[in-house]
Amino acid sequence: MAATETVMGKGEPLLRAAGITKRFGTFAANDAVDLDLHPAQIHALLGENGAGKSTLVKIIYGLLQPDAGELRWNGTPVVLSGPAQARALGIGVVFQHFSLFENLTVAENVALGLGPGETLAQVSVRLAEVSRAYGLPLDPAREVWQLSAGERQRIEIIRALMQNPKLLILDEPTAVLTPQEADLLFTVLRRLKDEGRAILYISHKLDEVKRLCDTATILRGGKKVATCDPRQESAGSLARLMVGGNIGDVAVAPHKPAGNPRLILNDVTLLPDDLHGVRLANVSLDVRGGEIFGIAGVAGNGQDELFSVLSGERFAQGEVDVVIDGAAVGHLAITQRRRLGAAFIPEDRLGHGTAPRMKLSDNALLTGHAAGGMVQRGFIVRDAMLATVDRATKVFDVRKARRDPEAVSLSGGNLQKFVVGREILREPGVLVVSQPTWGVDAGAAATIRQALVDLAARGSAVLVISQDLVELTEIADRVAVMFAGQLSQPMAAASASRETLGLLMGGAGMELSYAGA
Amino acid sequence: MLVLERRTERSMVAMVVSPLIAITLTLVTMAILFALLGKNPFSALAVYFLDPLLDSYGLQEIVVKATPLVLIAVGLSLCYLANVWNIGAEGQFLIGAVCGSWLAVTTHGTEAGAWVLPAMLVLGALGGALYAMIPALCRVRFGASEILTSLMLVYVADLLLDYLARGPWRDPKGYNFPTTAEFDAVATVPLLIEGSRVHIGALFALAAVAIVWLVLSRTIKGFEIRLVGAAPRAARFAGFDSSKMVIFTFAVSGALAGLAGIIEVAGPVGHLQPNFSPGYGFTAIIVAFLGRLNPIGILISGLFLALTFIGGEQAQISMKLPLDLTRVFQGLLLFYVLACDSLVLYRFKWSSRSASRAA
Repeated sequence: MAATETVMGKGEPLLRAAGITKRFGTFAANDAVDLDLHPAQIHALLGENGAGKSTLVKIIYGLLQPDAGELRWNGTPVVLSGPAQARALGIGVVFQHFSLFENLTVAENVALGLGPGETLAQVSVRLAEVSRAYGLPLDPAREVWQLSAGERQRIEIIRALMQNPKLLILDEPTAVLTPQEADLLFTVLRRLKDEGRAILYISHKLDEVKRLCDTATILRGGKKVATCDPRQESAGSLARLMVGGNIGDVAVAPHKPAGNPRLILNDVTLLPDDLHGVRLANVSLDVRGGEIFGIAGVAGNGQDELFSVLSGERFAQGEVDVVIDGAAVGHLAITQRRRLGAAFIPEDRLGHGTAPRMKLSDNALLTGHAAGGMVQRGFIVRDAMLATVDRATKVFDVRKARRDPEAVSLSGGNLQKFVVGREILREPGVLVVSQPTWGVDAGAAATIRQALVDLAARGSAVLVISQDLVELTEIADRVAVMFAGQLSQPMAAASASRETLGLLMGGAGMELSYAGA
Repeated sequence: MLVLERRTERSMVAMVVSPLIAITLTLVTMAILFALLGKNPFSALAVYFLDPLLDSYGLQEIVVKATPLVLIAVGLSLCYLANVWNIGAEGQFLIGAVCGSWLAVTTHGTEAGAWVLPAMLVLGALGGALYAMIPALCRVRFGASEILTSLMLVYVADLLLDYLARGPWRDPKGYNFPTTAEFDAVATVPLLIEGSRVHIGALFALAAVAIVWLVLSRTIKGFEIRLVGAAPRAARFAGFDSSKMVIFTFAVSGALAGLAGIIEVAGPVGHLQPNFSPGYGFTAIIVAFLGRLNPIGILISGLFLALTFIGGEQAQISMKLPLDLTRVFQGLLLFYVLACDSLVLYRFKWSSRSASRAA
């Protein structure tokens, strides 16, 4: 490994990670990774899921100890025994998954992170100052559960900034943001850079990295493959470095979705089943045979509730609120809906779509018991279950160590291919899928998207709920946006611009029926 | 530094070895206890665990005591697999005994025929199942913790039994002892081997083991039980109703406990009296876990824990050791079993953290 290769570095780096290696069992999550972070630079850490980005961040933040290699802070070797020590040095992290208490106020959450020494009132004042100074409006007195994902992220950023970090690390910060919110974030990050802070920006979104970052380090399979100036690279060249090859485009055959509506929602209104859930308000849509209907939106705007009312995990208020192939199924359970030819793929593949500690054959039975010869007179037919596993493995190229391992032992992409394959091989007339390629490597994502397109081309109605606008515009025929439990008017995906969708995702132009009434 | 590391898949070796490690650790701890009590640990352990195996009385007694333990534990394993926490099998055991005994007491001294015993067994199972419905319905309807309700109902059952045996059902010719009359021959569980104490209840226990094994490994119902316990959200996605599962597992385990109760009363005991159970319903919880919630494992662990009851009695007689030591032993065993279970999903590993720090 070329240990001291620096492309952009001038002068002493603020943080140097040299030869960092971290193994989990026999798997090397980081393999001799080098990284130099300089003051007043935004440094991108690029890589697919599983490339080792999160492991490296955890090592820099003291959450994990490297098996080999060292960290130098301003040239001095340091051993970080925990996050407290990292924070004391001046390292702040904004993680992808927020660690906030929903029932506490913004100020209380921030105070908890700061430790003793300041009263709540003092924290509130300082918080308001910081939020004003950086143009990140936030009311210290509001309770977190009332806030959007973007606002919650602001809490995390402000909490990090109140400790005046020299190095700020952000892990996939735009995953939960609308395009407009992301633009605001970039403005803030550029200001932080101008103040002389080092920023490590973790992402797999190439366009963002090209817009924002001065340097990029690319990881693949735990190894550093390149350090480059992303502004000098094309999106294609960065993608090739990330994936290690070319990604095939999804082939969308020209077809006319002229079939009859196979999945209909009639004015669905549904109260949330827990305190912080979202109320669905008058949601109507229809998906025709041969069509892919996309639902965009920032997570937490009612997508989970919509999925459960479609699948039958929750019943609709009226029998005719949900119609599958002409049958009113609003009060039918998920098993009966499956028998009508519907299939469902939830967002969370581990724990919802599959039982993590059960074998794949058991997980085939999980949705296959309704129909398909896996159960005869109450007895399970193991051969039929294994046949489904084998078929999904072959058709969707599921990579696994053994014929029938536990679900949890598969990588995210391979498990998702199995889950998608399990449903698509049943040739469903109606498929509802949520976040089909979330956290999945590019190769698997392309396979899955192609399978959805092909299923629609064979005449099925496909409903895709996704946060990924690129994905939706690539495969969907029509797109609608979900915001605060309401669904916008659908529009042709080909003509829907990023700006239009982004504005709708932020709630612009939607009548908030419950706000006034 | 020694750290626990999560395994990527559960270890089959550890699943077999972990109960053995637990038993070894329990024996070592018991030896220390014996030594502290001033007894020779080796001879005490021999009295506890070897002597009962050396004569035919001891072996027969092991089968007699294992019968209720296995019957109850097999039912409990269904609950625990489904993540339903029925801690009140002792209560369902007692109520089963009471319900079946009602018929024995009512028909006592009449010309009633051979139908009495089968009817008693049905009543016992029914009584246990209905009694188990109380915590099950409280959980489903009101969200009450079944751990607390099922446990507290044990004491209610205990007091009811006490009242009946001292009051309305007391044998008028029983010299004022708090017990019913000896059951008639038609109300008594037949012996399996003439001249021994081994009765046909043992066959019921074997049948329960076989049926539950078949259900768990081969049927969609068994899959449903395992799935509801292992991944509740995935179970709902599969279309399985967790509330119905609470009712089902409580009903089955209550029925098996109730059946065990009436078999015990109409078999080895021969009449209904307070305190006829040495805590079978509680010991069965240990049997279930020591047997890894697997029917075959439960059969083995049921025999093993039956041994501790008999060893405890013999140690009391021959070494003047307190009978409570048996309870201590059983508690220690459960503690170690649960602790060793983590080896199935985790493994010990020397962390290289200290090494890299030194470097």
